[in-house]
This record gives sequence, C-alpha cells and structure tokens, in this order.
Amino acid sequence: MITRPNPVISALFLVLNFAALAGLYLILNAQFIAVAQVIVYAGAIMVFFLFVIMLLNPEKEKRFFEERPKLRIFIVMIVVLILVQLVYMIFLSRPSNELTREAARSVEAGTIENIGREMFTNYVLPFEAAGYLLLAATIGALVLAKKKFE
Amino acid sequence: MFSVGIVGVLTRRNAIVVFMCVELMLNSANLTLITFSSYLGDVTGQLFVFFVMAVAAAEAAVGLAIIIAIFRNKLTVNIDEINILKW
Repeated sequence: MITRPNPVISALFLVLNFAALAGLYLILNAQFIAVAQVIVYAGAIMVFFLFVIMLLNPEKEKRFFEERPKLRIFIVMIVVLILVQLVYMIFLSRPSNELTREAARSVEAGTIENIGREMFTNYVLPFEAAGYLLLAATIGALVLAKKKFE
Repeated sequence: MFSVGIVGVLTRRNAIVVFMCVELMLNSANLTLITFSSYLGDVTGQLFVFFVMAVAAAEAAVGLAIIIAIFRNKLTVNIDEINILKW
C-alpha cells in the first residue's frame, strides 16, 4: 500500500486491509465492531478519501529516496527501532496466567445487546461527547472547505 | 501494521496518503484493543474501539477539509511544498 505511487491504488489496498481487519474482529468475537468497521471505515471514510483523491487529482509524486539518500538510513533506523520494541513487548514479555481465553464470556461480550447496554449505562458521557465531537468536526469541515483564506 | 503506517507517514510526500497511513496506525491500535477485550471477556475494549472509530472519522473529515483548503491556495498536496507555517 505505501509503495504504490498512485494514491488511488494505495487507497484501494487500504480498503482491502480494512476488510481483512473486519474478518479478524469476527474471529475475535467482536461482531458489532466488525460490522461497524466495514460500514464506517471501508464504507464512509474510504469513499471520502477516494472522493478527495479524485477531486484533487494530484500530480505524480517524485521518488522519495532518490532525492534524499541520507534520510533513508535515519528513517530505516527509526522504524526498525519501533518494530523491535513492539516485537519485544509482544513475544518476550512474560505471559501472565490471567490472560487465558474465556471464550464463552467473550462471545457474550461482543454482541450488540451487551455493547449497547454498557454504552448507555456506564459510558453514556463519552458517548454524548463523541456525538458532540462529530458535530463539531462536521461544522469545522464545512467552514474550512468554504472559507478562502486570503 | 503500526510500523508500516510509520514508514508511510515518514516517506510519502502526498498529504492524502499520509492521512491514510495515520488511519492504518489507528487501526492497528484498535486491533490490539479488540484482542485484549476478547481474551479478557470484557466489553470495555470494544467500546473504546467504537469511540476511537468516531474520533478517527471526525479527524479524517477535518483533515481532508484542510487538505482541500490548502490545495485551493497552493495547487499542490505535496507536503514538501507546503511551508507556510515555516518562519
């Protein structure tokens, strides 16, 4: 996805990635989140991205490393460092005994019923906050897209 | 997946592709949250992922609006040429 020079192709690869991720969520017994992933990400956000890409129709971007060979070593070092850190945390940290899989409970936890109950009882304040955030973002996007600065 | 996102943010010069890589990193964090939620049999992680999705949608909307506004002014989405914040 990040190696393709054409942004449309890389956006389509990102859609593929989101769909695969929805499958992973299903395997992990998170049915509601899997459906939300397909609808919100693969549907709404990626349509938005593709719309903007085709609206702007950007010029061909130049190959990055041909201009700046020095930066390449730096970037590779940062990324390898972070990757090693992540792998270390995942594989070398001691697995605790409490993390055994409780399949029955996790199947129950992923249903829409349970998520809805939790969301409208314990988490009603963050839920309302997320609603206001989306409203603010919509208004902000409209203002930004309309305004012409100088 | 997170590392792939970082590579994308650091190497790509197209602002839209950089945004897509940020989405990729958010999704990798979501995946770990879902995994913990599933292994602990707890619903909190999935709720958290739901809120992350809401914030990501808002962020994508505002970010793309900013990109469109910049494109109107400078006629480019190459982040090397967008340097109006530089002093």
